[in-house]
Amino acid sequence: MFRILRKTLGIGVVTEQDPAATDEALESLGIEVKRLVEARFNGSLAIREVDAGSCNGCELEIHAMNNPYHDVERFGIHFVASPRHADVLLVTGPVSRHMETALLRTWEATPAPKWVIACGDCACDGGIFGQDNYASCGGVEAVLPVDLRISGCPPAPLELLAGLRALIQAS
Amino acid sequence: MGRFDWLSEYLARLEDEHVLVRRGSAQKLAPAHVLEIDAEDWGRAARQASLMEYRWCGLWGDENAGQIRVYACLENDGDYLVLQTAVATDMPVLPSHVPSYPIADRPERHAQDMLGLVFSDSPDERRWIRHQAWPESSYPLRRNFSLPEQAASQPAPADGDYPFRAIRGEGVCEIPVGPVHAGIIEPGHFRFNVVGEEILSLEQHLGYVHKGIEKAAVGRSPEELVRLAGRVSGDSSVAHAWAACQALERASGCYPGARDVELRGLFCERERVANHLGDIGAICNDVGFAFALYQCSRLREDWLRRNRELFGHRLLMDLLVPGGVTRDLDSAGVESLKQDHQRLRQETDELFDILLDQPSLEDRLLNTGVLRPATAKALGCTGYVGKASGQGFDLRISNPYPPYAQLPMTGVCLSEGDVMARVQVRMEEIRHSLAWMDQLLERFSPGESSRDWRIPDGPCEGLGLVEGWRGEIITYVRLDASGRVARFFPRDPSWHSWPALERIVMGNIVPDFPVCNKSVNGSYSGQDL
Ligand code: SF4
Repeated sequence: MFRILRKTLGIGVVTEQDPAATDEALESLGIEVKRLVEARFNGSLAIREVDAGSCNGCELEIHAMNNPYHDVERFGIHFVASPRHADVLLVTGPVSRHMETALLRTWEATPAPKWVIACGDCACDGGIFGQDNYASCGGVEAVLPVDLRISGCPPAPLELLAGLRALIQAS
Repeated sequence: MGRFDWLSEYLARLEDEHVLVRRGSAQKLAPAHVLEIDAEDWGRAARQASLMEYRWCGLWGDENAGQIRVYACLENDGDYLVLQTAVATDMPVLPSHVPSYPIADRPERHAQDMLGLVFSDSPDERRWIRHQAWPESSYPLRRNFSLPEQAASQPAPADGDYPFRAIRGEGVCEIPVGPVHAGIIEPGHFRFNVVGEEILSLEQHLGYVHKGIEKAAVGRSPEELVRLAGRVSGDSSVAHAWAACQALERASGCYPGARDVELRGLFCERERVANHLGDIGAICNDVGFAFALYQCSRLREDWLRRNRELFGHRLLMDLLVPGGVTRDLDSAGVESLKQDHQRLRQETDELFDILLDQPSLEDRLLNTGVLRPATAKALGCTGYVGKASGQGFDLRISNPYPPYAQLPMTGVCLSEGDVMARVQVRMEEIRHSLAWMDQLLERFSPGESSRDWRIPDGPCEGLGLVEGWRGEIITYVRLDASGRVARFFPRDPSWHSWPALERIVMGNIVPDFPVCNKSVNGSYSGQDL
């Protein structure tokens, strides 16, 4: 127990200490997101992530939003387990045809008002897997109305956060 | 012992069984040896191989000019053997390998759905990768495939009537899970049969992220193929791209220089370290030990940021191209990496010490999710799943390719087969990778990359064999006369770890499923293709 405490105290709060420029960007971006979330979503923005056919690269970076450096929860953004608790669906992948119905049902289960973000090049327009593909729909828009596209393969955590801010500003 | 010492005995056995080997080639898919046999002997050849305890590693087909050529890959003592046969496209019937190798079940069903191959004595004819997105009688990997208009214009219905194996009995309940899971993970469907909290059986239904990678590859250039291969499974981008490069380079006879393969080795080990760090944290977190998650994800983030600084991409995507690599490392970079390694070594030594000394972790991870060595062997598991269960196979060691051929890698093999052992294998592999990368950087002298790639003159084929962080990757590539991709088949190690998970969870309690699953961490995308 002591060793854990010592380690935890020894490392301190990396979220604030890291001197890298990217973290300043994160801070300013984050604070702005937090303000917007407070103003428009009563303090908390709930996101349901749906992998609709990604290569899993996008998921790795979405996970990274929760690591101690980014820790998006401090801005009031959190990932939820059920679409019924969600304000936003964050969808990755070119939407495989096998996930089409599951994605639609997830969307139907999300209470309005709701927003859909296409996360990553695949979700934006089919990406590397292409549009002319028997097994994929070629992007989220082919299945659901999309409110925001965040491009990148995969988008880095900071790009994701910037995208979220854009969505909140526009909504 | 020399390579292929065992092959003559196998050939003798085939002769005893009156299996006619039409042709054997050591060049065509080198370093694998190819044996061409008749379709009717397909099952018997597998039977002899299984009696000799060769490991079954994969199956794929290739339709061309009215026939489907079928390949099955076997391994023994680090040597690879590819059995090859051909059947007519309009009469594509073949004996199954499943009676000798149960692990062949899903690969054969995949081939059945994609190519229309019929395995005459297969005990399991259920579709696997095809749900409802395309009609039963059309096969995407055939040249003449086109999706009927009406099928393409409507949403593909959910696959609600998949015939799961039912278990009946007093108090037995069925728990369906997925395809959309509760966390930020890939989709798939699990069907549990439980009594109380105890799992009697689990059956997986995957294929949800099937996005037609094999077909999408057809017609692309070798460069585009490598980019695509880097997205077969996003966490194994380097390893899959490397396997595709190897296959292309062997097909064309254009090999990368020493410096290029050293950089590939460096990228691949960096990928391994990043993923192992992520997994160790996530496994501990699944039993409520968040401290490990935060520490490991912090170290992982440092590591990814360095990837971006030095090589331009956090997940090291698109660094490999046919014939070489796209990024170099200058001497300042070499120095900074050495310091990184030193720091990570210190941090992980301290951290892993704490983790291995936690009674609460031990309580949850020891003896949880056990995969017995005999089962791991029968399933042909490689990577950390195999290594935690007595299967020490590692391509970097068992059949080393450059740069591992010049700079040996240390292996790890445990036999407990539980979640804890799979964590320990990851910890050991981080240590070994760090030590290996340090040695690599010592001999690493900045210089010119010697990329020399040209598209081969005629049709050709090649095999890539790479040890990714998850285990052995086997990639087959065939180029047509114009140098375009005619067939691409990447075999991710997940084909073997998914069936292993079904065995692992038996007798465990439902709340331990997440940690069992995470300790195996099969790729959905790499398997669904
Ligand atoms: S955008 Fe890139 S990283 Fe994301 S799912 Fe597609 S291929 Fe993978």
